[in-house]
Formats: sequence, structure tokens, C-alpha cells
Amino acid sequence: MTYVFDFGAIAPYVPLFLKGIAITVELTVIGGVLGVGVGIACAWARSLGPRWLRPPVALYVELIRNTPFLIQLFFIFFGLPSLGISLGEMQAAILAMVINLGAYGCEIIRAGIEATPKGQFEAGASLAMTRLQTFFHVVLMPALQRIWPALSSQIVIVMFGSAVCSQIAVEDITFAANFIQSRTFRAFEVYIIATVLYLVLALILRQGMRSLAGLLFPRRRATR
Amino acid sequence: MSPFTTWDILRNLLFAAEWTILLSLVAFVGGGVLGLLVLFARTGRGKWGRRGAGLYIELVQGTPLLMQLFLCFFGLSLLGLNVPPWLAAGLSLTLWTSAFLAEIWRGCVEAIPRGQWEASSSLAMTYVEQMRHVVLPQAMRIAVPPTVGFSVQVVKGTALTSIIGFVELSKASTMITNATFQPFVVYGLAALIYFALCWPLSKSSQILERKLNVAHRNH
Repeated sequence: MTYVFDFGAIAPYVPLFLKGIAITVELTVIGGVLGVGVGIACAWARSLGPRWLRPPVALYVELIRNTPFLIQLFFIFFGLPSLGISLGEMQAAILAMVINLGAYGCEIIRAGIEATPKGQFEAGASLAMTRLQTFFHVVLMPALQRIWPALSSQIVIVMFGSAVCSQIAVEDITFAANFIQSRTFRAFEVYIIATVLYLVLALILRQGMRSLAGLLFPRRRATR
Repeated sequence: MSPFTTWDILRNLLFAAEWTILLSLVAFVGGGVLGLLVLFARTGRGKWGRRGAGLYIELVQGTPLLMQLFLCFFGLSLLGLNVPPWLAAGLSLTLWTSAFLAEIWRGCVEAIPRGQWEASSSLAMTYVEQMRHVVLPQAMRIAVPPTVGFSVQVVKGTALTSIIGFVELSKASTMITNATFQPFVVYGLAALIYFALCWPLSKSSQILERKLNVAHRNH
């Protein structure tokens, strides 16, 4: 049995793929920025925050890190409406990604914070800074720089995870691929194209994170 | 028609969870064996073996697992092969696991001091003998915690196979939801079952890491 590749059959559907790319990028950028924000807040709460705040944050992190993204997404999209919280598919997808990245980001960023020399907290305190000021002005940026490669990888993983959002009818790359496949029956071509698109997006995202590191941490260039 | 009680839901979910466990085991064992082969190619002396294994790892780690599943499931059937969901699920998860394990283990092999390689090659050992008798026994010690940690990713990865129609915990949740209209309860219970499977693995990975005191060895 021989299979004849015919990528031409996909040509009429290029706009669908382009729309898919736009949605995947949108999900990744919004989810990434908000998710890292949640991650920073949780990392602060878990390592420097008030003692009563630590167990609930730890529970959140452990729950999210030990359940599949698909189940989290379905729980948010299908489960929450029975509590009266009804979200559109894009909102549900972004919320799931933020919650997911927040938990993983928390652990990564916490490692960066805990590697901060004790003297830096003491130096901050001796300059009459509050604990929160010390965190924002002294500890945070070097901590982020320390764990930047790990954080970049996690955001790439979250982008791959966004492929799952096609299951709640978010029209991302995977959704486009499934749709085109069901019209043309050109499964090999369609999924190879989609896979290459993800590969290219991952490369661009990694490079973007590297450039962002250059902007965020101008004084030291150690970060890869 | 008798109504579904919460107990009925849980019972059926637990039944489906057996398939999640079975698929995880197949993927982990198969991925481990294949991963070992990839590791040998990746760290071996042959230039092409190293490049090929490196490319394989890059490709698998650089694309979503869902795409690999679709390529196995829809793609292979176009070649005239009859691919049932369980085969596509097992195959793609095995390939995915092997790439990640090979890369994790490569880090462990490279953490072994160079002197060990030099000493064993001065004893006229071949590459495979060096790995078998000198390097792997030492690398295994540092490899245990991250390998156990990665098994959590495998269990969570099996959830994606529901999308190509393999009936495991996630697919069963969707089916039961469609029958009971209680997504909150069903997906909540499913999440708890996944948690019960994964959390002991995560925790034992942390404990092993502390026990083997990996961070402070060799320094």
C-alpha cells in the first residue's frame, strides 16, 4: 500500500490555519502573562507570605500539578456552570491555562526566591524597606532571572497544552487541523502541518523569552 | 430508569481508572526500554546515532503530545494499517515517554565524572560494558527521583488518549457526564482519582530526592 502525499488539498484551508495560529498565540500570550503573575503571587505567599496563607496555596499547587490539564479544563468549562459560573470557551480556556501555569510557575519561581542569599533580605530591612518592598525591589528580579530558562520551558509546555483547548471548541491550530481533516480526509498532511506549526511557534516563543530576558535583566547577561 | 447515585458514578470511574493505570504502565515500561536504547544512541560513540537520537528527542519534546496521538491514530490508518485507539494510545505514549526519559537519563549519565569513563576505557572495556558495569550503576542512583517524578507526567498524559476515543478515566468521565448531567460531580471525582494516583508518585519523588541526597553528592 502506498500513500501519495498531497499538500495541495490543504491550500483552500490556509485561512483557517492562520486563524488557528492567531488563537493559539492569543491563548499563550494572555495565559503566559497572567499565569506568571499568579505564579509570582503564589511563590511569594508560599515562601515569604503570612503563615495562614501557606497551606491553601500549597493545596492549590499540589492539586493542579497532580491532575491532567484536560480534566481541569472540563471541570471549568462543564462543571462550573452548575455553580452558576458560566464562561465562554475562550474565557474558560484562558482561566484553565492561568490556573495551570500559576501552579507550575509557583514552584519554579519559589526555587528562585529561596536561592536568594539571606543577606539581601537583611540589607533591605536595614534600609527600612518593608518586607513587601524588599521582595519587589530587591529579591524578585534576580530570582526570576535565576529560573528564567525553566520558566520559559514551562510556558512552551503550556502552549502545547493549549492544543487540548480545541476539545471545548476553542478554534486554535488543533481545532483547525481537526476540521480540515474531517473535510479532506488528508490526515497525514494536516497533522504534519499542525505539528510543524507548533514546532515553529515553540522556537519563536523560546527566542522571544530570550529577548525578553535581555530587556528585563539588562545588567547581567548570564541568562540563556 | 434508575437514577445514577454518586456511588454509581464513583464505581464506574474507578473501573475506568484501571485502564488509565494499565496504559500508564505500558507507556512507562515500553518508554523505559525504548528510552534506554535512545540513551545509548544519544551518549554513544557513533556520530549519526547521537544526531539521530538528538533529533528524535527534539521533535518529540518540541511538539504537543496531542499532535503525536493524532498522527498515530489518523495517520497510520491512512497507510492501510488498522489502528485501534488502544494501539495508537499505547504507541504514541511509549514514543513520547521514551524521548523524555532518554533526555532525563542523559543528564544523569553526564553527571558521572569523566574520570570514570577514562578509567573504564583504560581497562579496555567497550562502550556497552562501560555503561553496563561502571556508568549506569552510578547514574541510576541520581536517576531515580526524576524518573519517578516523570511518571506523574505519564499518568496525566494518558488523559489525552480520551480524545481519540480510548476509554479511560477521562473518556469515562465525559460519557458519565453525558448520562447524568452532573459534570461538577463527575469531573471533580475524576480529578480526585487522578490526584490519588499522582500525588503519591510526586511525594515519593521528593522523598527519594532528599533520601538519596542527590544535590550534594559528587561535590
